[in-house]
Amino acid sequence: MALDDRIVITGVGLTAPNGNSLAEFRQNLLDGKSGVVNYETRYMGPVLAGVCDFETSRYQTRREVRRGTRAGSVAIYCANEAVKDSGLDWENTRRDRVGVYLGITEHGNVETENEIYEISQFDYDTKVWSHHHNPRTVANNPAGEVTLSLGITGPHLTIGAACAAGNAGFIQAAQMLRLGECDVAIAGGVSESIHTFGIFASFQSQGALASHEDPELACRPFDTARNGIVVAEGGGICTVERLQDAQARGAKIYGEIIGYAMNSDASDFVLPSRTRQAECVNLALGRAGISAGDIDIVSSHATATEQGDIEEGSALKAVFDGTKAAINNTKSFIGHAMGAAGALELLGNLPSFDDGMAHATINLQDPDPRCALPNLVANEPRNLGEVKYILNNSFGMLGINSVVIVKRFES
Amino acid sequence: MTVEEIRQVIIDILERIAPDEDLSDLDDSVAFREQMELDSMDFLDIVMELRKAYRIQIPEEDYHNLNTMDSTVSYLTPKLKDVPVAG
Repeated sequence: MALDDRIVITGVGLTAPNGNSLAEFRQNLLDGKSGVVNYETRYMGPVLAGVCDFETSRYQTRREVRRGTRAGSVAIYCANEAVKDSGLDWENTRRDRVGVYLGITEHGNVETENEIYEISQFDYDTKVWSHHHNPRTVANNPAGEVTLSLGITGPHLTIGAACAAGNAGFIQAAQMLRLGECDVAIAGGVSESIHTFGIFASFQSQGALASHEDPELACRPFDTARNGIVVAEGGGICTVERLQDAQARGAKIYGEIIGYAMNSDASDFVLPSRTRQAECVNLALGRAGISAGDIDIVSSHATATEQGDIEEGSALKAVFDGTKAAINNTKSFIGHAMGAAGALELLGNLPSFDDGMAHATINLQDPDPRCALPNLVANEPRNLGEVKYILNNSFGMLGINSVVIVKRFES
Repeated sequence: MTVEEIRQVIIDILERIAPDEDLSDLDDSVAFREQMELDSMDFLDIVMELRKAYRIQIPEEDYHNLNTMDSTVSYLTPKLKDVPVAG
């Protein structure tokens, strides 16, 4: 592959329910520390959620927080952290050559629900509907808020890709860098979904909302006692560059994006397809020029729904049965961070290139034989010795599948 | 409401929409936007807050009356003189 086609991750910024930096997040994943808590949401009363506690004032004034959205604040925090971590000489970086590509599951539901509640206090008088509603709910909002915060004048957009969105942000970044549309991509995924009741109520009506007396035990992918999704907020954003640019400035390189794929089930609004998921994984492996036997860690998407886990388990068994691939799951710690899920799940595994450890899938006391995988990293992290390839699954409603493969960087 | 109470209502609104500003030395005779970081969307928040709290409809052609604290209080006094401060 030509040097200018090789794409690397050079900076990481994140907020997860159990960590506001990669180091903190990683440590809590290795320590088995959950970020799921009891949470009050309008109309529904107490639910369970993954809630972030990052410091909004680090990169925003209080006025900016008030004007913008929660997804915007998440994105601003993560993007600024990523830029800082990247070591880029930001003052002298051409901002017209920076692109912002953020995956989202949805955007605008939080702000719309808030406004409807507000006008309900005024007998539904639409004259009190906020003039901030449109700039808060346009689909590009989180990415646009990043450009305002960092003075970026290059392209920005969000990628609506349901829960496959985090990977889709990285894929978009790699493509735009290869097309020469930008020199630095700020990419990943964000979610503010816990701030509206609708996502909880819809999963509950679908019979797919997790419940448990102990919040930390609620999210149980692949476990017989799993009973649904824990919704979380969060963000995972990276600086992504062409290898030659990163090397020219002596950047720290977290890993190289060597393969990716997206496809569609074309079969159901909500039920996933093991066949298309396996096809997506194989497509990414083929593009990366490697085989299933090369993969060291598979970061699974499993959300702890009845059928979803069975479908992914079957897909992974079809591709990875008999290989060394250790399979883990980040949602068991933090819940489902929606648009941020794919990004956070990849980022939490990146330090494996340095420490050789695969973090666990927690809350796996009684593996469901229907989705049992021979090489699940159950409850305790596993020392793999050496990790060279990580494959990250991220799937979503309407049958959208995404896979990203990252290789440990070797100069 | 008295003139002083109306002024305090405006101060309270400004504190909500511009929480980073120090309003202690606000000059009542100088335009808000010359003393504070307020753009047109923030300005509309003043109109909206008055609408929500006191059901006052301020037509667009009257917006110039909300330029300074002095002009705002003068404009609102006849509209609010018989209205109690919202709780």
